[in-house]
Amino acid sequence: MIILLIYTSIFIAGFFLVRFGVKRLMQTRADFTSLKTVTFGDESAVRPDRWASVISVVTIFLLWGAFTGSKWAPIHAPAPFIGDTEITYTLQAPDGSTDDATIALRVHKFGEDPASPEIDAGTGFAKNDAEIVSAGRTKTVLFDKNDDAKRRDGAKIIAINGQPITQGQSVSFASGSVSLTDKGAIQITPSGGMQMEPIWLPPPEKVVSRFVEISTEGYQGFTLWEHLGYSLFRVVLGFLLGALVGIPLGYAMGLSNWFRGWFDPIVEFMRPVPPLALIPLVIIWAGIGEVGKIILLFLAALWIMAIAARAGVSGVNITKVHAAYSLGASRFQLMRHVIVPNSLPEIFTGARVAMGVCWGTVVAAELVAAEKGAGMMIMVASRFQLTDIVIMGIILIGIIGYGIDILMRIAEKTLVPWKGRS
Amino acid sequence: MSTLSIDKISMRFDLPNGSHVQALKDISLEIKSGELMSVLGPSGCGKTTLLNIVAGFLAPTEGSMTLNNHHITGPDAERGMVFQQGALFEWMSVRENVSFGPRMKGQREAEWRDNVDHLLDIVGLRDFKDKSVFELSGGMQQRVALARCLANDPDVILMDEPLGALDALTREKMQGLVLKLWKETGKTIILITHSVEEALLLGERLLVLAPRPGRIHREYRLPFADMGVGHDLREVKKHPEFAEKREEILSMIWDMEEEIMGNAAEASA
Ligand SMILES: Nc1ncnc2c1ncn2[C@@H]1O[C@H](COP(=O)(O)OP(=O)(O)O)[C@@H](O)[C@H]1O
Ligand SMILES: [Mg+2]
Repeated sequence: MIILLIYTSIFIAGFFLVRFGVKRLMQTRADFTSLKTVTFGDESAVRPDRWASVISVVTIFLLWGAFTGSKWAPIHAPAPFIGDTEITYTLQAPDGSTDDATIALRVHKFGEDPASPEIDAGTGFAKNDAEIVSAGRTKTVLFDKNDDAKRRDGAKIIAINGQPITQGQSVSFASGSVSLTDKGAIQITPSGGMQMEPIWLPPPEKVVSRFVEISTEGYQGFTLWEHLGYSLFRVVLGFLLGALVGIPLGYAMGLSNWFRGWFDPIVEFMRPVPPLALIPLVIIWAGIGEVGKIILLFLAALWIMAIAARAGVSGVNITKVHAAYSLGASRFQLMRHVIVPNSLPEIFTGARVAMGVCWGTVVAAELVAAEKGAGMMIMVASRFQLTDIVIMGIILIGIIGYGIDILMRIAEKTLVPWKGRS
Repeated sequence: MSTLSIDKISMRFDLPNGSHVQALKDISLEIKSGELMSVLGPSGCGKTTLLNIVAGFLAPTEGSMTLNNHHITGPDAERGMVFQQGALFEWMSVRENVSFGPRMKGQREAEWRDNVDHLLDIVGLRDFKDKSVFELSGGMQQRVALARCLANDPDVILMDEPLGALDALTREKMQGLVLKLWKETGKTIILITHSVEEALLLGERLLVLAPRPGRIHREYRLPFADMGVGHDLREVKKHPEFAEKREEILSMIWDMEEEIMGNAAEASA
């Protein structure tokens, strides 16, 4: 909630700062778009504000760092209390006399196991106690175990740190809060702060150092590059096989009644089946090895490519076909010089979609079962609660997916420059 | 020699709802080699259908056609076609488009290079020959289409509103170019248009079609195409006879349009 609030205020503050601060100071170029008076509603006049992009990315890392106690973040959300503290309770014996005793509390990081603080018993009928507790966790202190006046005999606590208290109430102190249970026992909760524990979300530098560690030492018997490389290899091979079968199939469906009739029901049925739903079946048939994954990715790419190729053929302007025939082209020449080049833009669009789907599918398949691969890496790490590896894996998967898309777009630009220009 | 004869052609489209459209009825024509014929008529009267039949893209439901004494049964390189737009191949350069026909015949570059370069000169695209066609303006694209058709050396050139998508100035220049190409190459040309002026300027013969069913309404023999060759077309348009013919044909087409509207009103009443 608070994070969302902070995020929104940075969004708004950034907007005003850039709009009325930075932009005022800079000379903006008077290109065509900046001279347009009607921009709201004109989609072509909307260009991503580079400042917004930069602030957006910085904000994400800043929030990440601030709420995980990162060494890299200049500001931090309140950290959980760690260290030694103490509270004083006032015990009233059945006869009405009172005595004070302290509870020394050692608050440690989750997962550590420190020794109890050393104390002396103190004087009076209430004796001092020593307790240890994890940061932000609640500890119930049976304070009267060593006291001379017991709760079952009618003794009860009347004040904590001098503040009066009765059962069911709570008071706060410098490093946390204290409450009394219904039965009169003390519950101490050292303040948890607002930072995430590394097991939920590790700070960025831990993710980076994990990346350095795994990229030099590897993980689960394979180097990082082997994990990523195998995932990529599966995607590329599966996609190529899918394209190799799917494109001719799509062409045949676009050119022949018989093929169209025969494969239409199959393609239309398989298209809405998400490839992820095929994972169990493929594992049953082909096991968890390479073959199963390649088959899965082949199937994921096949229908997309077939449909793209079919759309490419049916998208050919009939006047181009007529023109080619009246220029003396044979059927084969029509295919080679008109149908195929005309369908390339559609095929590239399909290929981009297919590569994206394949990349998603391979990670999912590796999550289910694999010996190596990006998905397997984060799956195994999550079993050992190595959240930093999980986050590193997610970031790498995102970067690679984005990289694939950029490469496909570059290939499209250079290979089919006429796309959308007819 | 290359006479195109069209013998009692009829075309009936059966519609999916069981009714049918009589697009053409009993069209008979004889076009001699080297003639330039324009075809005019209200929209929907079957001009495109007629041209598609002559090109061989459609088989008529009745009648037959012969060119050079053989029957027309399908598209062929002897009948070239220039479309209104969208018929160029975007994945080829200007030069590749123009040389498409010869290349499909299996000619090597040495065989077609001179002719293609010559045609590119005539249509004024020598400097654009290595450009992609999608980089050209509409008028330039139509010049590429003309050159591509001529490079294939057809006996008959069929044009379906080839200048319909161009602006008025470009259109006028292109009309001059069509006349020039006609005179220089001596090709038989059938040109469809919905502009009366264009039909008058670019027709030795002018065929006016009437709708429902599509049939030949009147035929003219006109002197303007010959007058226009090598001259300013605007001068031709100032000719009193030109204005007279234009009025005559315009009112003829107006009457047809009104009749259609009247029929439609009756049908709906
Ligand atoms: N494929 C077709 N199916 C059904 N009707 C058609 C088809 N093609 C053309 N027509 C009909 O034939 C008539 C003539 O069409 P067309 O030759 O395109 O006219 P024009 O080119 O003179 O405008 C129109 O009424 C049109 O609706
Ligand atoms: Mg038409």
